[in-house]
Amino acid sequence: MSQPLAQPLAEPSPASKRRARGVLGLTLAVGVGLPGALFGLIVALSPLRTIVPAGWSDGEVFLLHAVGLVVLAVVLVTFGAVISGMSVWWEMRVSSRMQSRVGYNRVGAGGFLQWIADAVKLLLKEDLVPAEADGVLFRAAPYFVIVGFALTFVVLPFGQSLIAADLDVGLFYVLSVTALVVVGILLAGWSSNSKWSLFGGMRSAAQVISYEIPAGLAAMVPVLMAGSLSMQTIIQRQGAWPWQWNALTNPFALVAFFVFFIAQLAEGNRTPFDLPEAESELVAGYLSEYSSFRFAIYFLVEWGNLWVMSAVAVTLFLGGWQVPGVGLDVYEAARGAAGSIPGLGWWGLQVLSMLVFVAKTLFLVNVIIWIRWTLPRIRVDQMMSLCWKYLVPFAFVCFVGTLFWQLLVTARPWAALATGVALTGAGLVATFFFLRLTLRNVSAVGDRVDLTNW
Amino acid sequence: MERLILRRLQADGEEMILNFGPQHPSTHGVINFMVETDGEVIRKAIPDVGYLHRSIEKIGEQVGYPGFMPFTDRVDYVAAMFPNEGYAIAVERLLKLEVPPRAQWLRAISCELCRIASHLISVGTMAMDIGAFTPMLHGVRERETLNDLMEALCGARLTYNYHRVGGVAFDLPEGWRDRTLRFLDHFDRFLVEFDRLISFNEVFVKRLAGVAVIPAELATDYGLSGPNLRGSGVDWDLRRDLPYAAYPNFRFQIPVGKGFVGTVGDAFDRYYVRCLEMGESSKIVRQALETLPEGEFMAKVPRRIKPEAGEALSRVESARGEMAYYVVSDGTEKAARVRVRTGSFTAMGIVDAISPGLMVADLVALIASLDVVAPEIDR
Repeated sequence: MSQPLAQPLAEPSPASKRRARGVLGLTLAVGVGLPGALFGLIVALSPLRTIVPAGWSDGEVFLLHAVGLVVLAVVLVTFGAVISGMSVWWEMRVSSRMQSRVGYNRVGAGGFLQWIADAVKLLLKEDLVPAEADGVLFRAAPYFVIVGFALTFVVLPFGQSLIAADLDVGLFYVLSVTALVVVGILLAGWSSNSKWSLFGGMRSAAQVISYEIPAGLAAMVPVLMAGSLSMQTIIQRQGAWPWQWNALTNPFALVAFFVFFIAQLAEGNRTPFDLPEAESELVAGYLSEYSSFRFAIYFLVEWGNLWVMSAVAVTLFLGGWQVPGVGLDVYEAARGAAGSIPGLGWWGLQVLSMLVFVAKTLFLVNVIIWIRWTLPRIRVDQMMSLCWKYLVPFAFVCFVGTLFWQLLVTARPWAALATGVALTGAGLVATFFFLRLTLRNVSAVGDRVDLTNW
Repeated sequence: MERLILRRLQADGEEMILNFGPQHPSTHGVINFMVETDGEVIRKAIPDVGYLHRSIEKIGEQVGYPGFMPFTDRVDYVAAMFPNEGYAIAVERLLKLEVPPRAQWLRAISCELCRIASHLISVGTMAMDIGAFTPMLHGVRERETLNDLMEALCGARLTYNYHRVGGVAFDLPEGWRDRTLRFLDHFDRFLVEFDRLISFNEVFVKRLAGVAVIPAELATDYGLSGPNLRGSGVDWDLRRDLPYAAYPNFRFQIPVGKGFVGTVGDAFDRYYVRCLEMGESSKIVRQALETLPEGEFMAKVPRRIKPEAGEALSRVESARGEMAYYVVSDGTEKAARVRVRTGSFTAMGIVDAISPGLMVADLVALIASLDVVAPEIDR
């Protein structure tokens, strides 16, 4: 609406053009190279422990696997940090589009390197511990949070063979270690000796502990369907096509997916459940007194959790890394003899399965970001009543319903297929109406869908 | 002051005393609320105002009549046209001055646009305090165009200093009329979009419906005015009931709270009355631009303003309720006394009565729904 007041920009000089090209190159190098290198290392290192080079002694093989695991651990934690930073950038770009702002645009092309600049700035700040705070607990709290976050990567799958350790109790392990985060938040809230922090810590304790119940119950639905707690087995028991996904083969699982997703939002302190740090009520909640690197850790974990939340949901309900048209036997056939180094085709399949998994996960990350910048925050009593009055009973019904569904329907393949196709069709229809409503809303104010100003 | 407030609070057992402000993201300026809480539930919240007192009324006695006009902007810088207009009308009444019709119309146009700009901030911050950031920035985006219009009209984007004793400072610039009409066409559609985005959002409604209910009787007892009073269902608007300036010439509705989603007088009613008022203001501006009379935009005012001894009171319907100027002249070039009554100050008083039993998050909603602006409270 407003008329531009600024003069048209002068033609950029050759030097500034060169600089702009340099910035673009650097951004692309970081934005593509860094995740590319990390994903590449995950692809290369994860299957390492299944490889036994011919002629090596047991000790040497053990050493090789141990070194591989240590390097993989470092890579996975780095991946968590990098994906967290990139999620921040993506969230800021998405939110600024939603809010008619420019958003990050200073550091690097499209402001992409802003997360690195922020991290460096936070590292250089004074590490302040309030005089009245309980110093030991105050310093310890961020470690609980980062440990609870980093440990989940042990069982998070990235592809068919790409997982640090496929524990038999994988899902149980995820639910347990994520509970460590709430210990950190509670410690932070208590030890800061600030009333706002205390409010935040108490809200967080109430919220996370309550929502673990519906989340746990809903997560049991795919466990029932797969008959296993192992993350890889849960994925392997699903198919690649949407009508073979857990969420779409069974109406109870579909409801369980939504219950799980909402509960994950609450556990990750994301809007509409960002009560523990509600900035308009509690200043910054449990984070109020934190600064510098300790603050950076909380920040990292909060955005890194986007990936963890989405990856777990994709694993349990949305078919994980299954590539359409590629059955499990194809991997086996391409693998070749056990213990040898697999052929190129097998590695290609691994990369393909990883791409599928990453694409699904990033889509869910995006959904979480949309929700955050659209919805207001609910009140603390409404948060509790939503959990106990709605989510917990729903999760229970889904759990029991799935039991019967497994007995009555899944046993008949044609019935299972028919349900899957029907639910997928319903999903497509819902997507169509959603898109139509979106376009109508956009055109109602005379706007256009405009993607030119990225 | 502090001690008096503390004496009214107690924290001997389960209660905790919380300093909600003066630096807090949701107090809309430097206001302090001394809150006695039991967990998240508020036992008592007492507003502690005065952090932003700038002695504007005293300044009114120190500078001459025309010289005070720029200071009035600072009474309410979110809606600076209204204090301008109130003061101008008061001095005109002292001087028994007739204001030319074109000036009256320009005053109405500028004030109604300013009301839209102010309400955009109000409903936007309401959404932000409830936790939704996006509607706030959509409101600010629309306000930006209004600021551009104001800048074209009077050269300032925030503190306009547009009204003068006897008229207004400038006539409409070229093309301004069309730009404004184009904006209003866009803005009417924006209001619909805003309703869809946030007003009837389920979470938003749940947070505001039935929260911090102010019954009509209590509202009148505490002297609430403006949208806060109308939100409680009291049909009272100075533009219609004590007409001034050009308002009798326009046809518009007075939106009144009627429990749109919950109880009459709840936070949502106060919020939604403002949304509806923006639409009415848009209608008034359209009518005024259509019927804008030709002629002078400034009365013949003596170079040195020196009213006879006496007193004058002006009341205008500001975006935050009734804004009254009481000016006493002793026959010199400076006023003997200037007093401003503002809507935000009276709105603060009711926090004490309404807050018991609310949750901390509801207090934020209450403050936002009263649309207080710290400088207007303290002046």
